[in-house]
Amino acid sequence: MSKIQKAFENGKAFIGFVTGGDPSIEKSCELILDMAESGADLIEIGIPFSDPIAEGPVIQEANIRALSAGADTEAMFRIVETVRKQTDTPLVFLTYLNPVFKYGYERFFSRCESVGLDGIIIPDLPFEEKGELSGIAESHHVDVISLIAPTSADRIRKIAAEAKGFLYIVSSMGVTGMRSEIKTDLASIIETARSVSKIPVAVGFGINTPEQAHKLSKLADGVIVGSAIVKLIEQYGENAGGHLSAYVREMKDSIRAR
Amino acid sequence: MSKGRYGVHGGQYIPETLMNEIIRLEAAYEFYKNDPSFNAELDTLLKEYAGRPSLLYYAEKMTKDLGGAKVYLKREDLNHTGSHKINNVLGQALLAKKMGKTRVIAETGAGQHGVATATAAALLGMECEIFMGKEDTERQALNVYRMELLGATVHPVTSGTMTLKDAVNETMREWTNRVHDTHYVLGSVMGPHPFPMMVRDFQSVISCEAREQILEREGKLPSVVMACVGGGSNAMGMFYHFINDTGVKLIGCEAAGRGVDTDKHAATIAKGTPGVFHGMKSYFCQDENGQIAPVYSISAGLDYPGMGPEHAHLHDIGRAEYVPVTDDEAVEAFEYLARTEGIICAIESAHAVYHAMKTAPKMKKDEIVIVCLSGRGDKDVAAIARYRGRDIHE
Repeated sequence: MSKIQKAFENGKAFIGFVTGGDPSIEKSCELILDMAESGADLIEIGIPFSDPIAEGPVIQEANIRALSAGADTEAMFRIVETVRKQTDTPLVFLTYLNPVFKYGYERFFSRCESVGLDGIIIPDLPFEEKGELSGIAESHHVDVISLIAPTSADRIRKIAAEAKGFLYIVSSMGVTGMRSEIKTDLASIIETARSVSKIPVAVGFGINTPEQAHKLSKLADGVIVGSAIVKLIEQYGENAGGHLSAYVREMKDSIRAR
Repeated sequence: MSKGRYGVHGGQYIPETLMNEIIRLEAAYEFYKNDPSFNAELDTLLKEYAGRPSLLYYAEKMTKDLGGAKVYLKREDLNHTGSHKINNVLGQALLAKKMGKTRVIAETGAGQHGVATATAAALLGMECEIFMGKEDTERQALNVYRMELLGATVHPVTSGTMTLKDAVNETMREWTNRVHDTHYVLGSVMGPHPFPMMVRDFQSVISCEAREQILEREGKLPSVVMACVGGGSNAMGMFYHFINDTGVKLIGCEAAGRGVDTDKHAATIAKGTPGVFHGMKSYFCQDENGQIAPVYSISAGLDYPGMGPEHAHLHDIGRAEYVPVTDDEAVEAFEYLARTEGIICAIESAHAVYHAMKTAPKMKKDEIVIVCLSGRGDKDVAAIARYRGRDIHE
C-alpha cells in the first residue's frame, strides 16, 4: 500500500494545500509543519508556475509571491527534504507539467524519491497523456494522482480503475477558489468511482467552511482545502502560522464530527 | 503517444474538466469536415461574406526595386475584418453552432482574432466574450471598440504579463467554468488537439488558393513562401498545400522584438526550448525551471511565447525554416510597403515583408517569392507613428 493511503486510515482525511515558497521558502517549511501538527493528514505543496491555468485569483497571487521569493524547482525539493525530517505526514506536489518536463522526468522523480515525496498531482496531465511519466514515477514510488471532474461522465470508470494514491474529485466547474455552494452531484460520481476502485476519494475545489467540509466528509474519504488556506497566508504573511493551525484544527474537527 | 501528434509535439495537455468537451469537439469536426452541407455553407460564407478567394497580387514595383525574385503578396488583408483570422473563425463558429453552442469565447492579441470572432458571432447570432491582455487593450484601443460595436463583451486581462498568453490563460479558465453552451474559438494553430489540426485545415484555404493562383499566373511553383509566425496560423495556412512540394522553401518569420540577444523578444525557435504549455508540447520561451518567459514584440499578434506544434515539427524535420525579425526591421518594411506598393499591412505581416526585402535581391529574376500579407495595418498606424516619435491619438 502506498504511504498516501495511510492518510485515510484514521477516519476522514483533511488535506491542505499551500503554494511552496509562499511567503518565503523558510516560512513555507514552518507552515507545512504547523499544518501537519494541527491534524492535516496529507499536504499538497504547489510548485509555483508562471501561468497556472487551473487556478483562481487567490492561488495565482500565491504563485507570484512564491516566484518573487525565488521558489524554483530546487527550492521545492529542499522544502520537502526539510519538512520530511520532522514529519511522517504524506506529502504530494501539485504542479503543472512544464516544470517537471523541463527538469526531466527521470531526474525529477528520482529527486522526489530521495527527498521523501509520496505523490504528484498534475492538473494539465489528463488520463490520455499520463503514460509518458507514470512508469517513471512508479519506479520511484511516487503516486501520480488522477483527477475526476464534474464533466468526466463516461471517463470516471477508466480513470478510477487506474488511479493511484487517492482520487481527486473536482467538486465544481472552473478554477480553484472559495465557493459558497457546490452543486455537482458528487454522490453519483463517487459511487461510480468506488464501483471500480478501492482507492480513497477526496473532494476539492471551492471548499472553505467547516459546514461544507462536514457535509462532504459524509460522501468522501477526505476533503481538500487550498484557496482558504492560501488566503490566510496572503492575509497574515509571516504570522500566518497560528491562524493556519487554528483553521486546520477547526476543519479537521468538522470532518470527524458525526 | 496520444492524439494530435506532430512528431513529438502536440497532444492534449489540458485539465480533466475540458477533456470530454475536446473529445466531443474532435468528433463533431471529424463528422462535419466531410459533410457536404456544412462545407457548402462554409464555402458560401467564405465567398459571399469574407470575400474569398483573396487576391494573389504581383508586387511589380517592389520586385523592380529589390531587383531579384518576383514578389507576390497573398492579400489576406483584403478579407472582411481585415485579416486571415476570419477563415478560421467562420469555420469554428459554424461548427460550434452545429454542436448546439450558443456562446463563443476567444482570446485576442492584436485584436484581429477578437474582431473576427465578434463578427462571426454577430452574423450567426451567438453571444460573444473576448479576453484581451490589458496592455493590448491599450495599444489596440480601436479594435476593442470595434468588438464592442459588434456586440461582444471585452474583458481586459490583468494577470501575468497582461498580453496574449495571459489572454489565452483567462479564456481557458473561462471555458472550464462554462463548457456546456460555450465554444472556445482558439485563434491559432495551437492548444490541445484537435485545435492545431482544425485551425490549420480552416486556414489552409490560403495555400490552396495561392498554389492554384501562382500556377495559373506563372505556370510554376514559387521558390519560397513566407509568413509571420506568432502562434502560426497564417503561416500554417500559407505553408500547408506547399509542404509536399519539396522544391518550395517555407520560411516563418518570428518576432525578435529589440533583438534575440536582449530579453525583449518573442522568438520561439531562435531562443525557445521544448516544453508543455497551453495544452500542447512544442517550443516555448521559458527559463531553466520551465517558467514561461515574459515575451515582447511591437506586434501584439506575435507577442506569444510559443508556437503551434506542427511548426515545431516542421522545424525539427527541417522542412520549414524560422527566422527572427526585429521591431526596427518590421517597421522599416511596414513603411517600405506603404511607400512602394501603396499597401499598409499589419505590423505582424511586415515581419514577413522584411524578410522578403532581405532575401529577394539575392535570388534569380525567374524565381518567385510569395509573402502572406496576413492583415491590414490600419490598427497599427497610431503605434507606428508613436514609434517614430509622432503622438497621434486614435
